[in-house]
Amino acid sequence: MKRVILGAAAALALAGAAKADPIEIQFWHAMGGQLGEIVDKFAADFNASQSEYNINAVYKGDYTETMTAAIAGFRSKSHPHIVQVFEVGTATMMAAEDKGAVYPVYQLMQDAGVAFDQSAYLPAVVSYYTDTENRLLSLPFNASTPVMWYNKTRLDELGVAVPKTWDEVWSVARKAKDAGVVAPVSFGWQSWTQIENFSAWHDIPMGTLENGFGGVETEFTFNNDAVVNHIQEIADAGKEGLFRYGGRRGDSRGMFVNGETILWINSSAYYGGFKKDITGWEFGQAMMPVDTKVKAEPQNSIIGGATLWVLKGHPQAEYKGVAEFFKFVSGAEQQAFWHQQTGYVPITTAAYELSKEQGFYETDPGTDTAIKQLSLNTPTPNSKGVRFGNFVQVRDVINEELEAVWAGQKDAKEAMDEAVSRSNALLRKFQQANGS
Amino acid sequence: MKRVTFRHRWLPYLLVLPQIAVTAVFFLWPAYQAVETSFFVEDAFGFSREWVGLGNYDALFADKSYLASFKVTLVFGLSVTALSMGLSLALAVAANRAIRSALAYRTALIWPYAVAPAVAGVLWFFLMNPSLGIVAYWLRGLGVEWNHYANGDQALLMVVVAASWKQISYNFLFFLAGLQSIPKSLIEAAAIDRAGPVRRFWTIVFPLLSPTTFFLLVVNLVYAFFDTFALIHATTSGGPAQSTSILVYQVYSSGFVGQDYGGSAAQSVVLMLLVGVLTVVQFRYVEKRVTY
Repeated sequence: MKRVILGAAAALALAGAAKADPIEIQFWHAMGGQLGEIVDKFAADFNASQSEYNINAVYKGDYTETMTAAIAGFRSKSHPHIVQVFEVGTATMMAAEDKGAVYPVYQLMQDAGVAFDQSAYLPAVVSYYTDTENRLLSLPFNASTPVMWYNKTRLDELGVAVPKTWDEVWSVARKAKDAGVVAPVSFGWQSWTQIENFSAWHDIPMGTLENGFGGVETEFTFNNDAVVNHIQEIADAGKEGLFRYGGRRGDSRGMFVNGETILWINSSAYYGGFKKDITGWEFGQAMMPVDTKVKAEPQNSIIGGATLWVLKGHPQAEYKGVAEFFKFVSGAEQQAFWHQQTGYVPITTAAYELSKEQGFYETDPGTDTAIKQLSLNTPTPNSKGVRFGNFVQVRDVINEELEAVWAGQKDAKEAMDEAVSRSNALLRKFQQANGS
Repeated sequence: MKRVTFRHRWLPYLLVLPQIAVTAVFFLWPAYQAVETSFFVEDAFGFSREWVGLGNYDALFADKSYLASFKVTLVFGLSVTALSMGLSLALAVAANRAIRSALAYRTALIWPYAVAPAVAGVLWFFLMNPSLGIVAYWLRGLGVEWNHYANGDQALLMVVVAASWKQISYNFLFFLAGLQSIPKSLIEAAAIDRAGPVRRFWTIVFPLLSPTTFFLLVVNLVYAFFDTFALIHATTSGGPAQSTSILVYQVYSSGFVGQDYGGSAAQSVVLMLLVGVLTVVQFRYVEKRVTY
């Protein structure tokens, strides 16, 4: 027995001399289910590709929970190196960058001496996450944009084309309703799809100071006529039975999958799930409809999704590993795989080109809708993204006020005015806590 | 009342010490922290902390949606308490009379207590889902247009039912124990005096159960105010509009979603005071009607 232990100790000592233990790098993310499996695969592939670093990818719950966990971790000095934060948390993370909690990605790559070309990314993706000097603060990872999902089989039966404008949407919906479709039109993530993206798509601001990019003194203006009329139009359609509200986030997904709804506006990232869950009929995706009363031709849509932020406070040597991992996940092969499996946008031009080369858009038509929408035109100050403090709560305020409209308790004007005044109070609170 | 005397002077203190330690660590210390935090505005990462006095409280009471949440909380709390206590009393009375397979009934009734609140929420959420839920399907068959995503009253009804269902087992257990401790002889004597079952229940059983009922009233209200967070979080997230946004959910949403620690702490302090006042009221006014 003694000899065995001695032998084992010697072997361990030898192994130790030959190869140091890899440096552990903690990566907290919010990707559950199929998405989580792909993230795990990326971590495993990276770990297998070299022996210096070991990425430990941990699923921390939904976006809100992951961000809260990382912040709580930072306050108690037990934070990860990398945390995945959704786009609406950007203002909070940027404020933390000013104070030294965040290691900006451009600087990380520079310090680690890892080559990094920001221009390899799609402009509409990068613009959401750069500072005023156009330097990238966090690494884009999963980006999507709202598209219009449609039930191709049903539209063909009705003998109608895929609608391109909101007027066409309602006329198709009326035909469908007459043919027995329960709730022809619906959508999810309503603040993102019907207010944030509706505004960008029609090139109108939703807040002052370039949608908040210009500073924390920004104020909301989404109670403008264009948005109010749009919301009222949907509410009226609801009374006619053409639209049914199916809940926040993606709760209405079931309505589309089981055929109650045939036009559903939500993230392009539903693709992976639809491909698996929808059998027996064909679905497709098209660009979001245009409200021709506001603008004849669409501008470009804005993204949703998340980026990887690096938190400071670990030994400098470990950040080299973070930089290497970032280089790995933004590789064309990884990004193309991610895009094709999930429906998230290919965030680098190389990944887009690679997907084209691999013939993905021929075998899976429509999957380039999202990227076409994002790069339809050069982003204007109204369409490069939004950057508002306390935006997670603002979205809940918008949810609440829109729900009051769908339930017929308020008209659109009343609700949007109330949403703007409540949201502005949240902006002032953020300014008080984070203003310089 | 019988007075207990200890031989050692410090022994009684030593005996309550563990309880006091638990209270200090899990109640007094966090409560103090909440009160302190409520006077500051802080950024999420904790770099800056600015004294604002009662600023967070001012902001709260200027917020219409926060005030509306009081009403929702009250309706929710009272409905959950009434529904879960009423049903469990009825079930306990029934189970107390059952002779055959009494054990099976009891076990089945106690079972839901083992279900985590979030799981209970999700369970009801699936049952009631307007597109996929079986209950929603039945309701449609009865001509009820069920959509708790848009209809606030329906959403509130759903969470009340789910929260009550979760609490029925607990109440049932206490009511059953209470019923079994009522001497049979009293009931038999009343029966001999020709009092019917209903009369016997209201004049003998119910008054003798009053200590149990009072205890459960306090516990259930506290449950409805504090413990139902996970259920709301897993089902409605406070919506639609704000129809199910109870105070404890608002505390979560400001603190954890909004990283507004000062505002969230101010809300916890208000909630703590509210429950304190309610409990005092119950002990002062309701307890007078209790016969021990």
